[in-house]
Amino acid sequence: MFQVYLFLFLSCVALFSAMMVLLSKKPIHSVLYLTLTFFALAGHYILLNAQFLAVVHVIVYAGAIMVLFLFTVMLLNLNKEGQFPKTKLVKIIAAIAGGLLFVVLIGSLKSFDLATVSNPAVSQIGLVKNLGKTLFSQYLLPFELSSILFLSAMVGAVMLGKKDKE
Amino acid sequence: MDIQILYKSGLIIVILLLSLVIAMYATLAERKIAGFFQDRLGPNRAGIFGLLQPVADGVKLFFKEEFMPATADKFLYILGPSLTMLIALLGSAVIPWGNTLTIGNNVFPLQVADVNIGVLYVFAVTSIGVYGIMIGGWSSNNKYALMGAVRAASQMISYELAMGMALIAIVMMSGSLSLHDIVAQQHGIHWNVWYQPIGFFVFVVCAFAETNRTPFDLPECDSELIGGYHTEYSSMKLGFYLFSEYINMFISSAMIASLYFGGYNFPFINELGMSHNWLTIVGMLVLFAKIGFFMFLFMWVRWTLPRFRYDQLMRFGWKVLLPLAIVNIVATGVIYELFKK
Amino acid sequence: MNQDSTKISLTNRSKVVSNKKMSFLESLYLPAIFKGMFVTMSHFFTKKATVQYPEVKRPVSDIYRGMHVLKRDEEGRERCTACGLCALSCPAEAITMIAKERLESEKHLYREEKYAAVYEINMLRCIYCGDCESACPKEAIFLTDRFVPSEVARGNFIYGKDVLLEPKDAPIDVSKRQTPEVLAFKKDKTQLHNK
Repeated sequence: MFQVYLFLFLSCVALFSAMMVLLSKKPIHSVLYLTLTFFALAGHYILLNAQFLAVVHVIVYAGAIMVLFLFTVMLLNLNKEGQFPKTKLVKIIAAIAGGLLFVVLIGSLKSFDLATVSNPAVSQIGLVKNLGKTLFSQYLLPFELSSILFLSAMVGAVMLGKKDKE
Repeated sequence: MDIQILYKSGLIIVILLLSLVIAMYATLAERKIAGFFQDRLGPNRAGIFGLLQPVADGVKLFFKEEFMPATADKFLYILGPSLTMLIALLGSAVIPWGNTLTIGNNVFPLQVADVNIGVLYVFAVTSIGVYGIMIGGWSSNNKYALMGAVRAASQMISYELAMGMALIAIVMMSGSLSLHDIVAQQHGIHWNVWYQPIGFFVFVVCAFAETNRTPFDLPECDSELIGGYHTEYSSMKLGFYLFSEYINMFISSAMIASLYFGGYNFPFINELGMSHNWLTIVGMLVLFAKIGFFMFLFMWVRWTLPRFRYDQLMRFGWKVLLPLAIVNIVATGVIYELFKK
Repeated sequence: MNQDSTKISLTNRSKVVSNKKMSFLESLYLPAIFKGMFVTMSHFFTKKATVQYPEVKRPVSDIYRGMHVLKRDEEGRERCTACGLCALSCPAEAITMIAKERLESEKHLYREEKYAAVYEINMLRCIYCGDCESACPKEAIFLTDRFVPSEVARGNFIYGKDVLLEPKDAPIDVSKRQTPEVLAFKKDKTQLHNK
């Protein structure tokens, strides 16, 4: 019973803060609401008994990526009005793009079979030991490939950041 | 079951109060120790040995004028110090303060939450610790405060990496992410510091950087940035910022003691022939002695070393500590494989 | 040889700055850090320089020039005759007074026929030079080894007779200031003020 209330509370927080990301006027508020959304999602992971995922979610998203976002937004001084053109054409394009995304989400949700989910609270897959075993045996190749992907991204960033020697 | 929930709630309250009281007296200890290092006596007028000085400081901070800059973001300006305080207090949840106490049929562990990701939890808490400083610095609408916040963010992100790498070597040795297991494995004198001296060095340096203590106090930087991120803060809001630094110091010291110095373990633990409960209590006292030593180390270093220059700080974090930690991981792996039984 | 080699050094502790490349051990900075930590730790156990002021007083010279006192004579009468020489001699213009004629009934209070009804020294202006003491022909004003206590308002630093005058039952000893040289100087008839 307690878990149901917790689930409802976390869902409300997640939905509210996700809405506020779009609705708040200042970019910095949007960033902070996004962080709050991540925390609510981490709470959901814990409810699903996936503690490792929850903590990594907090470390990576809230602790690293959002701090960089905050960093950028603080330095860019985006508070001035009229930096983004809001013509009718832009609005129509945005509405179409958003609508398409909505349709895709609805479609994918419809094809998703809810009945296959067994009781998540008992599932042990989210615990660090099981996750590690799965990751390093069954999914070793994708895991290593993704690490190469990250490495290439890092090399690219260094290349872009390097000064021209001219 | 009910008695366990009651016990855990009590333990949480006790640890919370303990953190606050220890941080309170750490402020006095800091001033006293600073005085002694500088051939002075430090505050000794309020109460015997100045023991009431923290109370006097607190009362002073409470009654000082509350000032808010006119152009500040009101909500975030208040959120900043509150968040800093909250996050500083979060870390104490996974630290094992002692072994178990057995009363009747009930076993009471002296740890709030023995989660199987304890080390990662602490890492997550330190990684979000930067939010309070950044929010406070930005919402003050002051260039010095913003500068301090930006410095804090880049410093913390840089040193978190090396800290995480140092932790990985520990996790490789213990094979567990649970702090309870890591401490239990260092039974007697088998402390991790003997096996991980480089990791210990990297971790301690990073702990200094994460708590914004000298020589890494660039976010505050009195002489260049006035007060850094808390330039515009006054009254108890400033008090929260200053106070959370001491709580962070306490938690960091507890982490160093647990990860590298065996936590509640002490030498000749088996030869004493005491009952389990007494051993637990003695172990707890030993842990607090270790924490006290590391807090003294924090202060000792603060009153000895000058502050880094900003480019030195970045070079040290990325070009010295991070490679050192990675080499340490590789060396740990090689040695572990060679000497595996 | 250049001229530098003949330069006189006071302490012989000056070092020539060199920008030579650091050795590996030096570039680690760790030995230097431990050395520094050792230095601070040695200071931790040294004797502290602090003097706990109200309880313990720092020893001062016998002729220390501190807060003034207005002396009384052997019968407890005020010695000051409000001649104004102290005010005149004061380089900081810190002293002011209002003179009044002594009544017949006040003979036991004041030694001379004229006395200072108001006598004020502004302790913030005073530079403690002691010229007032030298100028006084009646040996009425002296500087003592007492300190002027701190105050929170400027006005409180203007000391009147209530503070300056020596209490009848607790005379303030100024004999330490009266060194033989001073006494000889005061008796010197060639000096203007002793004529």
